[in-house]
Amino acid sequence: MPDAPGLELIRAELNDAHPDAITGSYYEHGQACLVCDPAQIREVLAWLRDTPGQEYTFLASVHGVDYLPAEPRFGVHYELLNMARVERVRVRAALADPGPDALPELPTVSDEWPTADHQEREVYDFFGIVFTGHPDLRRILMPEDYVGWPQRRDFPIGGEPVIFTNTERDVPGWYA
Amino acid sequence: MSTEERLRDEEDAAEPQAPSENGAKGNMRGSAPAHGRDIVARSSAEVIGTSVVERTDAESSLEPEQELMTVNLGPHHPATHGVLRLLVSLQGETVIDLKPIMGYVHTGIEKNCEDKSYWKAIPFVERMDYLSYFFNMQAFVGCVEKMLELEIPPRAEYLRVIHMELNRLHSHLVWLGTSALDLGAMSMFFYCFRDRDRILDLFEMSTGQRMHTRYFQVGGVFEDIPVGFERKVRAFTQEFPSRIDQFEALLTNNEIFLQRTKGVGIVERERLKALGVTGPLLRAAGEPWDLRKVEPYLAYADFDFDIPIGTVGDGWDRFRCRIQEMRESVKIIEQAIDGLPEGPVLADDRKIVLPPRHELSTSMEALIHHFKLVTEGFRVPPGECYYPIESPRGELGCFVLADGSAKPARVHFRDPSFVNLQSLRDMCVGEYIADMIQNLAMLDPVLGGIDR
Repeated sequence: MPDAPGLELIRAELNDAHPDAITGSYYEHGQACLVCDPAQIREVLAWLRDTPGQEYTFLASVHGVDYLPAEPRFGVHYELLNMARVERVRVRAALADPGPDALPELPTVSDEWPTADHQEREVYDFFGIVFTGHPDLRRILMPEDYVGWPQRRDFPIGGEPVIFTNTERDVPGWYA
Repeated sequence: MSTEERLRDEEDAAEPQAPSENGAKGNMRGSAPAHGRDIVARSSAEVIGTSVVERTDAESSLEPEQELMTVNLGPHHPATHGVLRLLVSLQGETVIDLKPIMGYVHTGIEKNCEDKSYWKAIPFVERMDYLSYFFNMQAFVGCVEKMLELEIPPRAEYLRVIHMELNRLHSHLVWLGTSALDLGAMSMFFYCFRDRDRILDLFEMSTGQRMHTRYFQVGGVFEDIPVGFERKVRAFTQEFPSRIDQFEALLTNNEIFLQRTKGVGIVERERLKALGVTGPLLRAAGEPWDLRKVEPYLAYADFDFDIPIGTVGDGWDRFRCRIQEMRESVKIIEQAIDGLPEGPVLADDRKIVLPPRHELSTSMEALIHHFKLVTEGFRVPPGECYYPIESPRGELGCFVLADGSAKPARVHFRDPSFVNLQSLRDMCVGEYIADMIQNLAMLDPVLGGIDR
């Protein structure tokens, strides 16, 4: 892990290389996190991978988080790892909720980090976050005809209504 | 352009604009898909008849005279080790393209955890990867302990290590038995399951359950080991290396086994790392990466053990790596039993850990703590944490987001099977379909972990 001052150094250097790419950083439980502008996520990850002295070449995990009620609401986390120094840094693309009729978008990194392929599909599946440019962005774990983004915080647990013959008329669209 | 593509294009030309209620469906890519908050509002047209037909990419690159056969392997095929469906494009017996399709045992465990207080989520998460339940528990419990900044007593650390390493043996034994079964060595299955049963007996003795034990809890382990457990573990660890010798005598230099595994499914080390592959698959390709060594958690720094690695990363290397790992696990268990410290098995923080049972009848405070912990659970300060450990299949990471309440706001498991499965295509394309079965067996996916 880079320590707290090390994290600020990375943040400053990244902002020099890509202005306004990093909007925040925090350090908790011994883990460093950079909050990143989602439009520049590809540049930020590439910088962390390719810059001498950083070399975070292993993408350990990609996952989505819904920070409701905080703003910006969504986060896509990229857990980067430098295997030689055994250092981890987390990059969080902070996405605002575009409202009920649209989905938040950010560019895919699956072409440069092949491991992100399935994991981005999982984030899309559960949070409805669209990775533009992803070659095969479909649901991966939920049924392909499923409607809804089940891991969002405002999606109720047990969200599907249980239909009985006496109530099926009350639930439009659920009977043939 | 293939006939199919042409047909599809003509269809598109025939109906340039789909009706609006249908427009958001089908390809749910960049165009704004139907939003799911109002799930009861979807029309029947959105439910029926709009699903995308699964196909692999190979068909678009075909010459007109080439013939391709698309075969579904699974989801109910014993060689897929669970309900994994593989869509395979074959030319003769050669795999041209392959696409894994999963989600058949998705049970929404991550979502359900958000509705459970932390201590109630433990039995939930251990049911993800049903062969490495102690690891799932440790990933979750360790993550919560890190957020609480709670130190656990050394005896609890050692007991956790003992159970996790026994669990690693158990997981590898199931892998060895089923993989050998896939390659036609039927008796291996019986030998492996005989020894696996002895491990389950040990679990039953110490935790009361054979599988899904809920033995670890925040602050330590649920109960101290019973009298006689040490002796039984020692008897097991003394005998088990000779069992491994027997397995190796059956398989390692077996002509058929060698021909099936040698030089099959090789993927470059750098490519494996790009695919995020960890665990025995990566080590078999020569990368000495094991989180127990590089980022020691619990008491792993106290033990002397080696990280077996392979050279080329074919099926045989993967087999040898796991076999050798079992020997190293036995070494760790022996050292942990020998050095097992005395003392409590639970931390002493009464705001987090249940008080001992006998205090409830004498101490008012203990009763209040017990009541508060059971009804509401403990609270975790706001924050987030990613906690990786080395499971039998690779890096098992647990991400927890806490919002300050007694329930987690988000639990995510980075399951090694899910990530490792992406390398299957690289292993299989261009090889025979029989080798695909071998590759899948040596990949060792657990579908409960993939689908969660």
